[in-house]
Amino acid sequence: MTHRRQSADRTIDVPGLARVEGEGGLRVEVRGGEVASVALNIFEPPRFFEGFLRARSFEEVPDITARICGICPVAYQMSACAAIEDAFGVAVDARVAALRRLLYCGEWVQSHALHVYLLHAPDFLGCADAVELAQLDRAAVQRGLELKRVGNLLMEAVGGRSVHPVNVRVGGFYRAPRPEDLRALLEPLRRALDASLATAEWVAGFDYPDVEGEYLFVALRPDGVYPIDSGPVASSDGLETTPGGFAELVVEEHVERSTALHARLAGRGAYLTGPLARYALNSGSLPEIAKQAAAAAGLGPVCTNPFRSIAVRAVELVFACDEAIRLIERYEPPDPPAAEVRPVAGVGHGATEAPRGLLLHRYAFDAGGLVREARIVPPTSQNQLSIEDDLRRVVVASIGAGDEELTARCEQAVRNHDPCISCAAHFLDVEVERS
Amino acid sequence: MSARPTLAVWKFSSCDGCQLTLLDCEDELLAVAEHVDIAHFTEMSSASVDGPYDVSLVEGSVTTAADRERILAIREASGLLVTIGACAAAGGIQALRNFTSVAELARGVYAHPEYLDTLETSTAIADHVGVDLELHGCPIDRHQLLEVISALLAGRRPVLPSYSVCQECKQRATVCLLVARGRACLGPVTRAGCGALCPSLDRGCFGCFGPAESANTASLARRLAADGTSQAQLSRLFRTFNAGAPAFRKESVAHDAPPAER
Repeated sequence: MTHRRQSADRTIDVPGLARVEGEGGLRVEVRGGEVASVALNIFEPPRFFEGFLRARSFEEVPDITARICGICPVAYQMSACAAIEDAFGVAVDARVAALRRLLYCGEWVQSHALHVYLLHAPDFLGCADAVELAQLDRAAVQRGLELKRVGNLLMEAVGGRSVHPVNVRVGGFYRAPRPEDLRALLEPLRRALDASLATAEWVAGFDYPDVEGEYLFVALRPDGVYPIDSGPVASSDGLETTPGGFAELVVEEHVERSTALHARLAGRGAYLTGPLARYALNSGSLPEIAKQAAAAAGLGPVCTNPFRSIAVRAVELVFACDEAIRLIERYEPPDPPAAEVRPVAGVGHGATEAPRGLLLHRYAFDAGGLVREARIVPPTSQNQLSIEDDLRRVVVASIGAGDEELTARCEQAVRNHDPCISCAAHFLDVEVERS
Repeated sequence: MSARPTLAVWKFSSCDGCQLTLLDCEDELLAVAEHVDIAHFTEMSSASVDGPYDVSLVEGSVTTAADRERILAIREASGLLVTIGACAAAGGIQALRNFTSVAELARGVYAHPEYLDTLETSTAIADHVGVDLELHGCPIDRHQLLEVISALLAGRRPVLPSYSVCQECKQRATVCLLVARGRACLGPVTRAGCGALCPSLDRGCFGCFGPAESANTASLARRLAADGTSQAQLSRLFRTFNAGAPAFRKESVAHDAPPAER
């Protein structure tokens, strides 16, 4: 037994979290050796998207909401299109749906490669950033950058560009990519698939703190396939509902420390979306190659160690590369590239899986297709309470650690969930306080 | 500039997409890090070195009282200050608040608007401090960003276009959507830099890069109106990611319905 060196009262305070998207921090207060309070503070300035979407035309909504987040613009475009098409009763053909899923695979690869290699891995290897990591293991960082590059190439080929793609419209696309332009990506994607498999093996060698969360998982759960762009909303305690039914259950609160709204499920409480949730509810639907990668990364069918989310992301990288290859091999250009869209007055819901979690949109339109009301529930505001629960567990597990180590562990605990603060503010500051 | 200049990256109100563009330089990122000391870049690194910095890249617009003070300190600590993207150059999409009131917008989003620290307007960085160079776009173009970094390292002026998207369409031999198809397109008044991406996808330009130099927005608006674009559509067309840029702001306001008719 080592001596407890730490005072029974202290504060861990991280005013500006690094290696996350957007501006947030964390604060933990320890009193008499017990965790008195934890807070993930979000001070990203509010941008009022729901406010200024009012009286905009439905056609503008995918491009405007894309600007909520530069890391996952496709998620915003896809949830927006799904909600608008739901409101207007528009059905898109299978080829449009497949092309959307392909574009979304590009975003998953780009965003997961960014998070695994540039944002999260440095925590496990004791580095400040990927540049320092490259001094230890240049080949690993180059593998991550190459994976990210291929994700971006795919987004460019389908969406026109990787940040805020321009080719998405309600009903489908402005122009369908030429088959030869997509087939040119097969070779880079096969290399990316190999790099993803190598990623799963690489992260399997990391040291993981022994922390298990108790989560209520929520994710899309389509029949027989791993979720990205569609499907009913399911939970680990037996809920299964439509995006509209889910919207009724999500209760959002505005608390003083945060420009993000805190979400909980009515009658159930805090819940978690994102890779851990998707994996827990859908690991049986992964293709064989991704199941093998999961086994190689040391994962069972459900993972409740939040630090191992990096391994789940590696498995999802394998899945997304494999899925993109499959979709390109079967690609037929949709003709026309978009379904005809005629606005009608009504309400629609759309839910898709952003790389960091479930993204719900709800719009009410007038008969001319102008937005009367918009509601956007981003992954990070849904995850915020579960992230705070994780902080509490991590501090309890590491209560004897020095301030520096404990602070680093707390920051890592937040990064486990790849929070997107730009999205949530509509959302984060780490402070650990021990008095 | 010292042998290995220091670079700092700062974020104000924004979507992070323009700083992500720096991380998107996958082939060049490690090389850039060899030539430049990345001294402060919160999205990429948990290490931060105090200033002064040779070059600061600033993303985002000013929307809080605290940020209004922060940009002054950053200017003070920076040799060259380069803004990246439409938020920093024109206030971004969040400058739509400048056409209404924050109280109006906050209602329906936040139950307790009194918890918020926010200004009535979203403003460009140049409205607060001197700016040495503005890189336009929503988002910025990766090649332009690399051009700026290379030019700064070489001590030369970066080569950036001030002409309009039309010229890029001609270079790509894209058929004019406005003339040949009567499609609403902001290409004639929008700064080049994207490579005329939208027209190449059969979509009219929607102005991500903001107004070109001496853009004749009124003339374009008359033409679009003659082709059947409504006044309300014209107002919205000029009022997106660069709504706060003077030329686009003026044109969008010119097509607003008078209050009585709304």
